[in-house]
Amino acid sequence: MADAIARSVHDGDIVAIEGFTHLISFAAGHEIIRQGKRDLTLARLTPDLIYDQMIAAGVARKLIFSWLGNPGVGSLHAIRRLTEGDVPSLELEEYSHFGMVGRYTAGAMNLPFFPLRSYFETDLPAANPLIRQVRSPYGDDVVYAVPPLKPDISIIHAQWADAQGNTQIWGLLGCQKEAAFAAERVIVVVEELVSEEVIRADPNRTVIPGLIVDAVVVEPFGAHPSYAQGLYDRDNRFYIEWDAISRDAGSLEAWLNEWVHGVSDRAGYLDKLGLEHLAALRPDPAPSGSVNYGDYR
Amino acid sequence: MSASDPARATGFSASEMMIVAAARELAGRRVCFVGVGLPNIAVNLAKLTVAPDLELVYEAGVFGARPARLPLSIGDPTIVTRATAVTSMFELFGFYLQGGLIDVGFLGAAQIDRFGNINTTVIGDYPTPNTRLPGSGGACEIAINAREVFVIMRQSRRSFVKHIDFRTSPGNLNGADGARIRREQGWLGSGPSVVVTDVGVYHFGEDGEMRLDSLHAGLTLGQVHQQMAWQPAVAERLAETAPPTAEELRTIREVLDPEGIYTR
Repeated sequence: MADAIARSVHDGDIVAIEGFTHLISFAAGHEIIRQGKRDLTLARLTPDLIYDQMIAAGVARKLIFSWLGNPGVGSLHAIRRLTEGDVPSLELEEYSHFGMVGRYTAGAMNLPFFPLRSYFETDLPAANPLIRQVRSPYGDDVVYAVPPLKPDISIIHAQWADAQGNTQIWGLLGCQKEAAFAAERVIVVVEELVSEEVIRADPNRTVIPGLIVDAVVVEPFGAHPSYAQGLYDRDNRFYIEWDAISRDAGSLEAWLNEWVHGVSDRAGYLDKLGLEHLAALRPDPAPSGSVNYGDYR
Repeated sequence: MSASDPARATGFSASEMMIVAAARELAGRRVCFVGVGLPNIAVNLAKLTVAPDLELVYEAGVFGARPARLPLSIGDPTIVTRATAVTSMFELFGFYLQGGLIDVGFLGAAQIDRFGNINTTVIGDYPTPNTRLPGSGGACEIAINAREVFVIMRQSRRSFVKHIDFRTSPGNLNGADGARIRREQGWLGSGPSVVVTDVGVYHFGEDGEMRLDSLHAGLTLGQVHQQMAWQPAVAERLAETAPPTAEELRTIREVLDPEGIYTR
């Protein structure tokens, strides 16, 4: 992980660590903090705890997003501290969820904009002048448009990939695929490295081809306190605890010192968390059925 | 507090009344976009009572969810296991919502005005807010493209305001003209149809304005006025919301929210 981040993430980059509640690479976010990256523009639909931590640690100057909260709990207090009052110190660029999905999609498809039926009669286009109206070339329809988003680097967590980076995901897909195809560089972080045969046995489940992947990093439990469908549950207790930790700048800094700066890598974080804690997050199995692709020769 | 607690068994909380009233409004609806918290419990209660064919849709990319536990977040793994379909967010917002398949979208609000316009973005000025709220998420496009919108929220002078500080999700705009503007601009949705609060149930008249149609048991109009910043229209025959039935309360307390996280 340290090598992949050192090589692929540069000061000033647009960085997207995507994953809608599911499969958020906290492992990569923490490594970016440890390496002291600066002036990043962070993009995510839902900044979640990982961007609250990264922004509190001082890696970012700007945030591109669509929903700014601790899902099911409340606020992201570090980000609120930097965006409320007379002199906000974090630049915000704000969309709706579909607007963000459309931005990645336009980026991935090499289009100049993505049209959508949203934003009508709201204050969002005034708050963000990059949300603009466009008239249909085929009639009088007027819709809104959002510009392409092409991250310098997208970091995608997944259940597994092969050594070439062919990546399979099940459960919530969010916009992992769109963010990966839109990016200049892609790091895939997986729970498990599998053989090419495993990938080829179920090609419908491949979300990201190795063709666009620059590095594959293996980090079991690398999404904790987010989750990996079928492997471990969301650590909701931590999401609730973060509310108290992050309300105070001092306790947040102490947490970063203990859990990010105080360990050298993800293995150190997991050691600190303890096997018992992790084992309690394992769900009972609910396997998929299997399908027959047919052997055609 | 357990279900066998005598105080809880004989009475009910304001949240339980809200959930029950919202669930009853879903009778006959088929496809519903669900939010976390109170909407989630209301929609699941409706499915177990007045709307057994209801399809639960979550913005995270799930159609036909069968959650086996109460999800804390909108993206809980329990909404995936045994669902009808898991989709990318592109498909969910593009094909299901913008394609016109969603009957009801459930929204919450920090501020709402008499025409059902909603603010979830900031309190104060946008560039230098007093309070930075979460923002739109999917709410803006849900308000425009869901066939109708249900709002469930607690009512107070701070939340039921004359002028919202920021319009995140459009309701009936400035009133009677709202329907025309929606039509002319090609919106799929007809806007907010129901607002359920801890005080009563509101629907919207031809003039696009919120009208109190039902007052929850034991409350007075005077209390309603104290908890909002404008004088609301009131139905000629103001009803009293029927209190939760024993079966509705049992379902909430034993099945949907046994720990009382959202319903106390």
